[in-house]
Amino acid sequence: MIGYAFFRLVSLCASLAAASIVIFGVIEVIPGDPAAFMLGVSATDDAVAALRAELGLEGGVTARYFSWVGGMLVGDFGTSYTYRVPVSELVLARLQVSLPLTLYALALSTAVAIPVGLAAAARRGGTADYGIMAATQLGIAVPNFWFAMLLVLVFSIGLGWFGAGGFPGWEAGFWTGVKALTLPAVALALPQASILARIMRSSLLEVLGQDYMRTARAKGLSGRQAVVSHGLRNALIPVMTILGLQFSFLLAGAIIIENVFFLPGLGRLIFQGIIQRDLIVVESVVMLLVFAVIMVTYLVDLTYAAIDPRLRRSI
Amino acid sequence: MRYGSRVAAAILALGVGAAQAQDRIVIGMQLEPPNLDPTGGAAAAIDEVVYANVFEGLTRYRSDGTIAPGLAESWSVSDDGTVYTFHLRAGVKFHDGSEMTADDVKFSLDRARSDGSTNAQKSLFAGITDVDVVDSVTVKITLAAPNGGFITNMAWGDAVILAPETAERAATEPVGTGPFRFSRWVQGDRIELVRNPDYWGERPALESATFRFISDPTAAFAAVMAGDVDAFPAYPAPETLAQFDADPRFQLLIGSTEGETILSINNGSGSLGDVNVRRAISHAINRREIIDGAMFGYGTPIGTHFAPHNPDYVDLTDISAYDPELSRKLLAEAGAEDLTLSLKLPPPSYARRGGEIVAAQLRAVGIATEISNLEWAQWLEQVFRGKDYDLTIVSHTEPMDINIYARPDYYFQYDNPDFRNLMKDLDLASDPAERSEILAAAQRIIAEDYVNGYLFQLARTGVADARIQGLWPNAPTQANDLTGVSWRE
Repeated sequence: MIGYAFFRLVSLCASLAAASIVIFGVIEVIPGDPAAFMLGVSATDDAVAALRAELGLEGGVTARYFSWVGGMLVGDFGTSYTYRVPVSELVLARLQVSLPLTLYALALSTAVAIPVGLAAAARRGGTADYGIMAATQLGIAVPNFWFAMLLVLVFSIGLGWFGAGGFPGWEAGFWTGVKALTLPAVALALPQASILARIMRSSLLEVLGQDYMRTARAKGLSGRQAVVSHGLRNALIPVMTILGLQFSFLLAGAIIIENVFFLPGLGRLIFQGIIQRDLIVVESVVMLLVFAVIMVTYLVDLTYAAIDPRLRRSI
Repeated sequence: MRYGSRVAAAILALGVGAAQAQDRIVIGMQLEPPNLDPTGGAAAAIDEVVYANVFEGLTRYRSDGTIAPGLAESWSVSDDGTVYTFHLRAGVKFHDGSEMTADDVKFSLDRARSDGSTNAQKSLFAGITDVDVVDSVTVKITLAAPNGGFITNMAWGDAVILAPETAERAATEPVGTGPFRFSRWVQGDRIELVRNPDYWGERPALESATFRFISDPTAAFAAVMAGDVDAFPAYPAPETLAQFDADPRFQLLIGSTEGETILSINNGSGSLGDVNVRRAISHAINRREIIDGAMFGYGTPIGTHFAPHNPDYVDLTDISAYDPELSRKLLAEAGAEDLTLSLKLPPPSYARRGGEIVAAQLRAVGIATEISNLEWAQWLEQVFRGKDYDLTIVSHTEPMDINIYARPDYYFQYDNPDFRNLMKDLDLASDPAERSEILAAAQRIIAEDYVNGYLFQLARTGVADARIQGLWPNAPTQANDLTGVSWRE
């Protein structure tokens, strides 16, 4: 087991190193000079040169790569070209919006999807099942930015229950923050809940056909008892896998919803960074996300290996 | 229970706030400023937050584009036009409590023109040879040559006065002399300013102001409709203005900007060096169609590179009147019948939407175009610096910038010694009538040389709560001056 963990750790470091080279290389070839962008059309050449020097854009590619990687190893992600504050500060501030929003959306989608999926599976082929299947199909097909605008039209402009967007910050109070994130979370949750509900349904149907379910019924459990104590647990495994994928997607992938509700989230930070050629922000944030995904995969791999001894031997 | 009582308290607080006279405002802006130092970046959004609110210069713009005294109460110019003596207001304090003196003025101007300066408008200070402190409230500025526009130059956001102790931190913690102090910046969301109780001038009516950043046009519409934003002075969704106009809760703020929106022609690229080809392009353009189609009817046609609201403007639209017949004839004469030109468009909607219409109009006279949509950073690199383009559409938002035609290495590569001499004369002229005459001649030269296709003056289209008064309708410089803004009772 320790050998396996060590082997996986080495491959993790190799992945990170490869990712850092790819990210740096891609950013390097993006056309557009950050200093020229910041100083605009009237800037003199010496002012642009002075700013380039100030931002640390001068010097060879290799030297700049190693200074970037070296900085990250000691926790220094650099200073944003445009905002002039440390990138880590920006990321922490954005996570205060993105992380709760992601968790909120996932909580909503799970809370809706699991009972709905259960209901559909229990009444397979019935009207309720067809109704749920049609509704979830619609939930996946509807673009979530359009659904978001619809929510704003109805609940912000029409009824005035919620603001049209923005985030007041957690210091304005817990419930104020939750309220500001509610419409975005609902908009994000709709497609995720639809996907989850369909997976829940098919996964449960598959489990219901298994031998051990028949055994459970045979030893005298009612249909409901058998599903709750034996079926559900097994049916949830694929659901959890999808949930994990959705989490990392939502963390930085909520950018369109962040735009509709003008939320200061992680997705918009990267997007703005690209537009404004704030390359250090793009590099460092993308690298952090890569790190998070690789770490999660590593932990999941270790967990699988702990559960399933065959994996340990197969290397 | 605890949360319950907090909610109740919050609702109570909201109710009380609404009952009092309104002294807070939320201003919507499409772009967030990258930082808050107007002397270290070109982004318009910086000035839109800090100009006249947080930072002030020796002189300042008024809403109608005229120049007023700022931190300098008065000034005098030597007879030969090279020495300006500014008399500063006494007792002006920076937001950190320190006094603003002639030393700060010297520091700010020297910093802007120094070798390591990253000022985006360094040329404003290029003529300065010396800045001398006469006494604590008097500064003497010596120029290498007379410059009739110097007082205007000092009104730019790039020429504001900072203190040496706080200038380095201006990007994130601006300390100025203005009527509002910087309070807080939640990156990606908003910037908050609060009233400066020690302001030297008239006390502003607003207690605080919040600038909110909403880039998506649809979200901007929703935010104004839902009342999350009180005013959106540069409103990005002109297609919805009619809806606001019909709603008594809102008012439209329609004004002018300094943005001459032009179809820039690369005079150094192939057959575009031929004045008759450029003339053919100009006559192929139907300005009204572009204004109606791309700008929802907002915008004033222009026939040269000059703002129509300027008293010195001459209407020369007839020189390049829409005449596709003439255009085809000119192309045939020039032997440029199957011309294919690149048309590179930056992100703003005037360029993207206008570009499609321009392409169709050019197609009608037999000129094919290859449209490519560029991001700003790409546009700066390829078009502006690299001069790798045939046509582009861009709004030149700097005030009084006709002198860019005197720079042969500028991106449209127009090289005319007569025009350059005219600009030299302009710098030397201080008599208003003489300046007027020179400016009229300059406008005519570039119109008759068909340097670029002159399309329209960009309008400022804003929307605000009907009870707000005192917002600038025009944008003589990029600013949201809140000094005179208040809520009607």
